[in-house]
Amino acid sequence: MVWRPTLPTKDGARLDVRKTYKLYGGGAFPRSESGRSYVVNDAKGKFLANASQASRKDARDAVVAARKAFGGWSARTAYNRGQVLYRIAEVMEGRHEQFSAEVAASEGLSIGKARALVDASIDRWVWYAGWADKLAQVVGSSNPVAGPYFDFSLPEATGVVALLAPQDSSLLGLTSVIAPAIVSGNTAVVVTSFERPLPAVTLGEVMATSDVPGGVVNILTGSASEIGPWLAAHLDVNAIDLAGVTDHEEATALEAAAAENLKRVRRPADEDWTESPGLSRLTQYLELKTVWHPIGI
Amino acid sequence: MTTTDTGVDSLADVTSSEDRLRRFLLGLPGVDQVGAEARAATLGTRSIKTTAKAYALDLAIQMIDLTTLEGQDTPGKVRALCAKAKRPDPADPTAPQVAAVCVYPDLVATAKFELKGTGINVASVATAFPSGRSSLAIKIQDTKDAVAAGADEVDMVIDRGAFLSGRYGLVFDEIAAIREAAGDAHLKVILETGELVTYDNVRRASWLAMLAGADFIKTSTGKVSPAATLPVTLVMLEAVRDYHEATGLHIGVKPAGGIRTAKDAIKYLVTVNETAGPDWLDPELFRFGASSLLNDLLMQRTKLATGNYPGPDYFTLD
Repeated sequence: MVWRPTLPTKDGARLDVRKTYKLYGGGAFPRSESGRSYVVNDAKGKFLANASQASRKDARDAVVAARKAFGGWSARTAYNRGQVLYRIAEVMEGRHEQFSAEVAASEGLSIGKARALVDASIDRWVWYAGWADKLAQVVGSSNPVAGPYFDFSLPEATGVVALLAPQDSSLLGLTSVIAPAIVSGNTAVVVTSFERPLPAVTLGEVMATSDVPGGVVNILTGSASEIGPWLAAHLDVNAIDLAGVTDHEEATALEAAAAENLKRVRRPADEDWTESPGLSRLTQYLELKTVWHPIGI
Repeated sequence: MTTTDTGVDSLADVTSSEDRLRRFLLGLPGVDQVGAEARAATLGTRSIKTTAKAYALDLAIQMIDLTTLEGQDTPGKVRALCAKAKRPDPADPTAPQVAAVCVYPDLVATAKFELKGTGINVASVATAFPSGRSSLAIKIQDTKDAVAAGADEVDMVIDRGAFLSGRYGLVFDEIAAIREAAGDAHLKVILETGELVTYDNVRRASWLAMLAGADFIKTSTGKVSPAATLPVTLVMLEAVRDYHEATGLHIGVKPAGGIRTAKDAIKYLVTVNETAGPDWLDPELFRFGASSLLNDLLMQRTKLATGNYPGPDYFTLD
């Protein structure tokens, strides 16, 4: 018997390496606490890979990791956060082919269209990276007041943001919800598209190998209907994006649960992810701090 | 598990001379390190859910010695801690009180005043805590000061240097002297297991402390790493179980330091029940020396009550 570097089959062809992907949380890749995984098929129903199916306890652990990372991430200079986001774009560029293949398979697109979506996703990271150190100038203000004070308002991150990522747009939509949340210093717990999680899994690998501190982005593959209610009712989550909720009543129920601790809620809407995103997501997860600084005394 | 055969009919003559004490302690059977660690790990895997979990959480809260032992402690900090001891969860009056508040001797009077009439004890560390490197006269005076200020419980440290160099008689006499100085106060003897290095030493020190009159044996000061671990606590629980078989007396155990999560606390409770027995599932016989543990227990309690995950923002910082 001769040792071979790859597994031989009868006709000499190499065996497929069938992957079972894990979650990404706190900078590590844990399996789901529940031990569950599910089959991910491509748009035509052919087997692609297995993905971990996150449970409520995985969501709980992800929130703990996100909270732990919040202090350090939000305390970094805006300029530095911009650099880190730009680095994500750089590392994604190196995995362009992998992303394109996954987007093409997941969304049933031609490879050319998939490549264009990956280009757009990388450009979106760059676009948001640029906003990091410009946000305060645009959103903040110095306020005229009737007294001897220099009065100014500054945007600050709100805290841990739960993101139920879009179900259809597996990479561009995903990027478009994560980037605006973390650029201002928030940390994120992301529930991916249930049927199209592979680009998100790869994005997790990108996060782990770029300069993003562990816990800033936590990626859970699984069902938004299952995990969403736990995140919406979680008192240590400060905001929630319901982009991935397709059912109107479900969204209303999540919104009601989120009211318990006055989370900032972004309701689902018909969104064209290829359009310029504007500032609405970027400013959704901010708190304005106003300082009254005495002068002339 | 089989009980330790102490090999003597009566413990009374064991302490009659240093020579006999040494022979007894060195004659104690060795601890199977691998076995103790495997046993502790197995006990840690028990699944405690729903009503059993609710019971365990409330019991653990009642077993807490809420502790602040920092150089920067102030009367204000101690008052805040006492308020928390009385009413751990302001949002939920059904949350039980803790067992005691543990402070340095100079803050005992403050704590005593705050806790008057609540049934919560004031525990004070003493005997040149945490190192224990002082003369016996000073240790005795330290203890008397704490008791005079109103301490209901005294947490003393043993002289680890003397113990590790084999001067068991010295350690014994010192514990006995503090026992006398403490009067009616409950005496907890801190072994500082992180400095004793081996489980054999932990077993010997446990017996030594119990023979010298300890009401409680306590793992650590919290100032040395490693502090309390599950296997060390297991060895100490075996010692109190065997002492009970030999004498009929109940000695308490207090792991302290490093226990931060409700999950950990429940592992300890399982170990108590399976090693010493259900008698020890009582704040009179088992305590946790902790401060941040309380918040995690309260959060788990809230999760059980409301069904939603709570956040640390809703509990006090301490």
